[in-house]
Amino acid sequence: MNAILPAILFWLFAWALNAWLVRRTPASKTWDRVIRLVVPVLFGVSLLVLWEGFVRGFAVPAVLLPPPSMIWTRLISSLPTLWADFRQTFLKSVLTGYIAGCGLGFLVAIAIDRSPFLQKGLLPLGNFVSALPVVGIAPIMVMWLGFDWPSKVAVVVIMTFFPMLVNTVTGLASASSMEKDLMQTYAASWFQTLVKLRLPAAWPFIFNALKINSTLALIGAIVAEFFGTPIVGMGFRISTEVGRMNVDMVWAEIAVAALAGSVFYGVVALVERVVTFWHPSVRGGRA
Amino acid sequence: MTAREKILPVLTILAALLALWYAAAVFLNAPFERDTAARAGTTITFSEILPRTMAQARPVLPAPHQVLAELWDTTINKPVTSKRSLVYHAWITLSATLVGFGLGTLLGITLAVGTVHNRAMDRSLMPWIIASQTIPILAIAPMIIVVLNAIGISGLLPKALISTYLSFFPIAVGMVKGLRSPEQIQLDLMRTYNASSSQLFWKLRWPASMPYLFTSLKVAVAIALVGAIVGELPTGAVAGLGARLLAGSYYGQTVQIWSALFMAAGLAAVLVLIVGAAHSAVLRRMGARP
Repeated sequence: MNAILPAILFWLFAWALNAWLVRRTPASKTWDRVIRLVVPVLFGVSLLVLWEGFVRGFAVPAVLLPPPSMIWTRLISSLPTLWADFRQTFLKSVLTGYIAGCGLGFLVAIAIDRSPFLQKGLLPLGNFVSALPVVGIAPIMVMWLGFDWPSKVAVVVIMTFFPMLVNTVTGLASASSMEKDLMQTYAASWFQTLVKLRLPAAWPFIFNALKINSTLALIGAIVAEFFGTPIVGMGFRISTEVGRMNVDMVWAEIAVAALAGSVFYGVVALVERVVTFWHPSVRGGRA
Repeated sequence: MTAREKILPVLTILAALLALWYAAAVFLNAPFERDTAARAGTTITFSEILPRTMAQARPVLPAPHQVLAELWDTTINKPVTSKRSLVYHAWITLSATLVGFGLGTLLGITLAVGTVHNRAMDRSLMPWIIASQTIPILAIAPMIIVVLNAIGISGLLPKALISTYLSFFPIAVGMVKGLRSPEQIQLDLMRTYNASSSQLFWKLRWPASMPYLFTSLKVAVAIALVGAIVGELPTGAVAGLGARLLAGSYYGQTVQIWSALFMAAGLAAVLVLIVGAAHSAVLRRMGARP
């Protein structure tokens, strides 16, 4: 019980500090930014401390829930394995599939741009497919394309294709008729209108799809590995180490996946800020 | 736009997909027939191959009518309680989905209410809620199930918890947006009425958030189903649509996989439709005009 009390005290202290911090209205911009950064970090750290304290205090067996410190040592000691898994799952399956799926969705959206008939046909279907449990396609792909990464790429492509298609088509339609009329008075061709008006107007939608897809792709690749894989990969490691009761290794793998997912999402969000600098949600103010 | 104008393109695309599927089935299943013929020492013409590719027991890609026949056979012809009935498996998955969806809705709304009313919570929790979704939770699914199994909780609840984790996020984000959607002028009006904070919540913020809530619910219910299906995969569950997928992939029963997939798709469609119907019913009662 001796570890619980300090953990709870630390948590309370962190919470009080946070409650105090958010009420500050600092004069300089830098301080404001620092506070905005410190508050969530402090919250996360206090959660970790609470976790550590409870696990140690109640003597929860490590098989059920290892303390964060134990996961950290495991993470450090098995870096080569984790790196191999990361390369197999993330660099080979996720990135390839993500680029192929998003690219394909984008290209198809452009291709059907001039045909309202195809759009009317494909959009409801695309919306419908986006709601389906597409992950279920994984066993079929593993059966067709074998255990190695191509089958995972196929799953990721199928999962990311439809959100991209639907969002791009919606985005391309989002330019107002006033702006389109202006382009017409300039005698702009279809291609010029596309590049100079409609694509820029579509970027927020396209980035929305890219963000959704960044998490979908990781999920798709990992789940596809449950259905059969060579002896490397994050999904493979998780399912085998669970079977061997090496729970700390599983959590280390999860930590890597979480980190990879967050960084992936963060990079997409960063590119979005650069590309759509004109959008109200980026320009600041109240979105 | 008339209904006919809406439906015609969709039907055309569907017909094209169906034709494509049949062509792919012939193309993918033909090598097997050629191999069999070669092994028997005979040659086989294309017109002989064609009907056979439609009726293999374990085709690479089953033809649509095979999948439909299997669906019919396992839903209508089998008693609902039988382990071979797809309705039975769908019910197992559906119950986990619904429990998870219910819990996720409660959690999401609670978090959103807390976030809107407490500044410290808003600043410290919101980034972590967003970060929590960049974690591939489905990767943790086996963990959660095994751990809960070890402390004696098994069956429905672990799967439901995965659905909860997946579905709370869209609801929390949508509700925060919805609860903040009343404009300053409306808030000011409530203040001139001397409304208490609970009145402010129930008479202004809550009704204003309904459209946002239902939009999120549609996303959440679809994602909860995915969670329940995937929750059945890693532990070798014996019942449920996910278990059907896994068993089908182990024994090469492609027709079974495809019929389970179709069942899951149908289930997702029905769930989304129900939420959509509830959405328009609530909006109509609140006086919105279509």
